[in-house]
Amino acid sequence: MDVKEAALDISHWDGTLSLNDFSIAASAFSEKWKRFNPGVPPWSWVPCPKQHLVSSHRVEGYLQLENFCCVKSSEKELVEVTLTQKAESGRSNKEECFDYATLVCSEQPHEVIHYDFHIVYSASYRVPVLYFRAYHTDGQPLLFNDIEKDLPGNSAKLPSESKWTFITQEEHPYLNRPWYKLHPCGTGEWMKLLFLGDPLLTVKGQLIERYLVSWFSVVGQVVGLKLPLGMLDSIVSTYSCTNDEKNGNTEK
Amino acid sequence: MQEMTEAQKYVWEGAIPLQIHLHESEVTTVPPPPPAPILAPRIGYLPLLVSLVKPHFSSALPPGVDTVWFEYKGLPLKWYIPTGVLFDLLCMEPERPWNLTVHFRGYPSNILLPCEGEDSVKWSFINSLKEASYIINGNCKNVMNMSQPDQVELWHSVLNSGNLESYQRVSSKLKLGSFEDEYMGNINSSPEKSQQNTGETDAPAQVKIGRIPVRLYVWTVSKDFDDLEDAPQIDSWDKVSYINRPVEIHKEEGKYFSLHDVVKQLLPEFFFGSNFTNDGDATSKRSAEEEENSTKLSCKAEIAEIKLVRIQGIEPKLQIPFSWLVHNLMNPEHFLHICVCLKVSEVSTT
Repeated sequence: MDVKEAALDISHWDGTLSLNDFSIAASAFSEKWKRFNPGVPPWSWVPCPKQHLVSSHRVEGYLQLENFCCVKSSEKELVEVTLTQKAESGRSNKEECFDYATLVCSEQPHEVIHYDFHIVYSASYRVPVLYFRAYHTDGQPLLFNDIEKDLPGNSAKLPSESKWTFITQEEHPYLNRPWYKLHPCGTGEWMKLLFLGDPLLTVKGQLIERYLVSWFSVVGQVVGLKLPLGMLDSIVSTYSCTNDEKNGNTEK
Repeated sequence: MQEMTEAQKYVWEGAIPLQIHLHESEVTTVPPPPPAPILAPRIGYLPLLVSLVKPHFSSALPPGVDTVWFEYKGLPLKWYIPTGVLFDLLCMEPERPWNLTVHFRGYPSNILLPCEGEDSVKWSFINSLKEASYIINGNCKNVMNMSQPDQVELWHSVLNSGNLESYQRVSSKLKLGSFEDEYMGNINSSPEKSQQNTGETDAPAQVKIGRIPVRLYVWTVSKDFDDLEDAPQIDSWDKVSYINRPVEIHKEEGKYFSLHDVVKQLLPEFFFGSNFTNDGDATSKRSAEEEENSTKLSCKAEIAEIKLVRIQGIEPKLQIPFSWLVHNLMNPEHFLHICVCLKVSEVSTT
């Protein structure tokens, strides 16, 4: 079933993806990530992790980015700010901002926090969901309160109910272990808003390829992960250029 | 508001007699305290029993902070799975009373989600309800916009399980009952009105009339057994796969949608030829219609067979209309919990 060339009427799209679309979106996202973040670990695809349940769904799996290191900020300082400043004092190359591994080695007094991120498809909400866990170098997991403290400004100022509704601790659907999860019930809606009115989006394949980059540009910020601007810019330039050339897809 | 059925009453009043033992490592008295007999509602959750369990053992406990958790034959019990489902899943041959062990120390936080008592259970319930609402209606608005008194009433009807009337009063406001019971013969209902379509193209001759929240639990055994008593114990959660899987209801002229259709949709490889050893498209499985009635599959060197399908303590025939099951046997968070036991064995190739 080739949906890539299907014409798209964005006003009738509900902001969700099918499982098959998700796996296409995932590979587009991890490719782009590799290209724009050469200094950080890549996202890798973990296929069919549950035996005898999902083996029938061949495209089922999730994206993982493991052992992503962050320097823990002091009190109210934002993680990302700390990182950016350190990077600037070091080298000025744009990409260095995202080379956390280098930063970690040079900064002994600050504690290093390790993050694992998984992007898992939710069959219920038909959207990607970010699962994550954080632990100290000795393997001890961070408590929710500590994680909350490290969240960037906007997401830390949350109503007290957020503990139950926004970032929740839930079981990882494939690993059967407690992970943190950003609740996906609004994702479809804001993804639609994000893409609405984009004149370049005329074919469903484009939407699918751009879906996770756009999604992550929002979701990543909640946990203090910023996409390099280039990753977002590239989509626009690639597609405007693609449109000019009337040439299906230059992204291979 | 719909009238409650006999079966719904059975589910709501259903309870499992528990005999709860204090773990030997936590016993500080001689003789050790006797086990606590407690009747646990099927639709309830284990942490909600703590107020009954704790007083029973309070005199025997060492001093300190309490983190209560339960265990069955060494397996820590997931508190957010309804008690009835845990029983159906872990007690292949129903054991009455069900002997559980309670711990007040050493919470296994690597396996179990943290539980801060009733609040944790309530929010887990509401989040599931939201998910169910999204599956059915494509949004969670009705659940999100529930008034505070309604939210309290809904939760209390589950908490003091058995208050089906008050549950139905609030639950009907959530408008989650779009799937008509075909068994009851609602001939006047037209399928279109029950569900807004999300814009997917329908298969010819079949009309997709909705999505139903299902949580599927699959556990696998490797040895055959004739008697449920001989079924092997589940000693690790890694041996169980459980996942929320919306079931898409398709309606065909003159046919009802059965449990058979559902299991086929959720576990197609046990009905159709193995399609994951070749490069065939996922949809090619539909070509092997003739195998429809066989529940056996040969795949590589394995044969898998569905041993058992259990919902709310009963093993329904596969021909039963799915709508009847949803209508009567779903849990109050609007999920139908289906436990499936698979027997997987090596093929003796000749």
